[in-house]
Amino acid sequence: MIEARDVCFTYPNGIEALKDISLTIKNGEFVAIMGENGAGKTTLVKHFNGLLKPTKGTVLVYGVNTKKTSVATLARKVGFVFQNPDHQLFSEAVEEEIAFALKNFGFKEKVIEKRVTWALNLLGLTHYRKTSPFMLSGGERKRVALASILAWNPKILMLDEPTIGQDYSQKEKLLQFILQMKAQGKTVIIVTHDVEFVAECDPRVLLMRAGRIVADGEARKVLTNPEILTQASIVPPQITQIFLQLSDLQLPKEIIDVYKAREKLLSVLEAKST
Amino acid sequence: MSVFDGLKFRRVYSPIHNLDPRIKFIYVCAVFVAAIIFWELLPLIILFLIQIPLIALAGVQRQWLRSMRGAAFLAALIFLTNFIFSFVGAGYQDLARFLEYAVATTLRFVVLIESFSVFFLTTSPDHLGLALEQTRIPYEFCFAFTTAVRFVPVLAEEAQTIMDAQKARGLELERGNFLKRIRNYIPILIPLIVSAIRRSLELAEAMESRAWGATGKRTNLYILKIHRGDFVLIAITVLVLAVAIYTRLFLRIPSLNELLGSFL
Repeated sequence: MIEARDVCFTYPNGIEALKDISLTIKNGEFVAIMGENGAGKTTLVKHFNGLLKPTKGTVLVYGVNTKKTSVATLARKVGFVFQNPDHQLFSEAVEEEIAFALKNFGFKEKVIEKRVTWALNLLGLTHYRKTSPFMLSGGERKRVALASILAWNPKILMLDEPTIGQDYSQKEKLLQFILQMKAQGKTVIIVTHDVEFVAECDPRVLLMRAGRIVADGEARKVLTNPEILTQASIVPPQITQIFLQLSDLQLPKEIIDVYKAREKLLSVLEAKST
Repeated sequence: MSVFDGLKFRRVYSPIHNLDPRIKFIYVCAVFVAAIIFWELLPLIILFLIQIPLIALAGVQRQWLRSMRGAAFLAALIFLTNFIFSFVGAGYQDLARFLEYAVATTLRFVVLIESFSVFFLTTSPDHLGLALEQTRIPYEFCFAFTTAVRFVPVLAEEAQTIMDAQKARGLELERGNFLKRIRNYIPILIPLIVSAIRRSLELAEAMESRAWGATGKRTNLYILKIHRGDFVLIAITVLVLAVAIYTRLFLRIPSLNELLGSFL
């Protein structure tokens, strides 16, 4: 459970990155934070694990004020996977990389061993256990970074641009993975530009522009509203674009996924042929 | 990483910013030499103080203070090691003398940081590159140097991101004893070095694909010229160096203890 109340944040160089943000993210919710470059997306999520503290207002994570606790304490509950895995990988072997956070949190040796094995297995990295993370490909490094966070099983998982540099099948796996997390009751927050990916997951979408939240709602409502999307420099998913252009045919506008689109089109075609 | 803030150039205009970088560099070197040849406290205090007007004239007090704060940890380290080793080495006597010695060694480091900070805060990387080129250093080296300087802020920013990423994995930099604290920086240094190397390789490829070094002879749009202000700085530099060398060779420098003792 994350609560932000009238959060403002100004960087030391004077840039106002967040302006009066208030929102609540409930347990088990799946949220996508979207918006143009520099809208404040990453700045916002950095407030959720205490890396940044609001200049005004408060952020409560499970009722704890982030100003009054350390990042390490919050990190135990809020896992944050950074955009670029190269900003965190440093160990000689993948297994050590995954064990790093567990050691920081003071897990026992036996538990660490078990958790590492579990996380490696979860992300299909078992055969890289002893490999140096620097020898892996970009996509694999990203998975190691993810595994290193999942290992301590945080209640809230935040992913910054998880789809960048991933091929289609990896994205598909990521989607399955996120849905699995959601089914386990975890809160998942992703920061992304990838409209098609968001359309496939159908989460709650928070749309940001110039440090403010300009839209907050179901993906099928937000991503099919061209006026709001233009404000945030986002183009609707391709399937939505077709439906928006075919609106004279009495087709519904709020379509973001291919299966639903197919259903609707078939029913229109059937009606025409009879 | 605030020590890097003291090296970040900002484009503003002041009498110090407009000085010829070559002369400024010679001045910094002169201060460097002067700081090295003294191990007494008094001259080092003077060296420290004579740079303050320059900082004020350039209007970079805030950034300079930040770099000083960044250097504080290293300064404390220098002070402690010097003090402990000399004091213990001498068998726990002459406390005042060794205290003064340790403060002097620390101040020498502070003076070095101070003068380099003034130089980098008031000299644009472009000017620096021009200066090097006009001293007939091969262009490859000038380019490598200016690129290195230009990438300092990028590296500092990256260091900050890496720190955040590791903190998000429960790393507490301020935890543990002294050795542990140093070891805490390994998870930050390794990604920083690795990504710097990666970046340099990428930069080299990008430059080569844009035909870097295709023409043998390069011309510049701007050419550095010595102005009146530069002559003033040359005079100051010569004066500082001359006084320093004269003092070193022919004068006996009283220690602070002696001075205070004569007053008391």
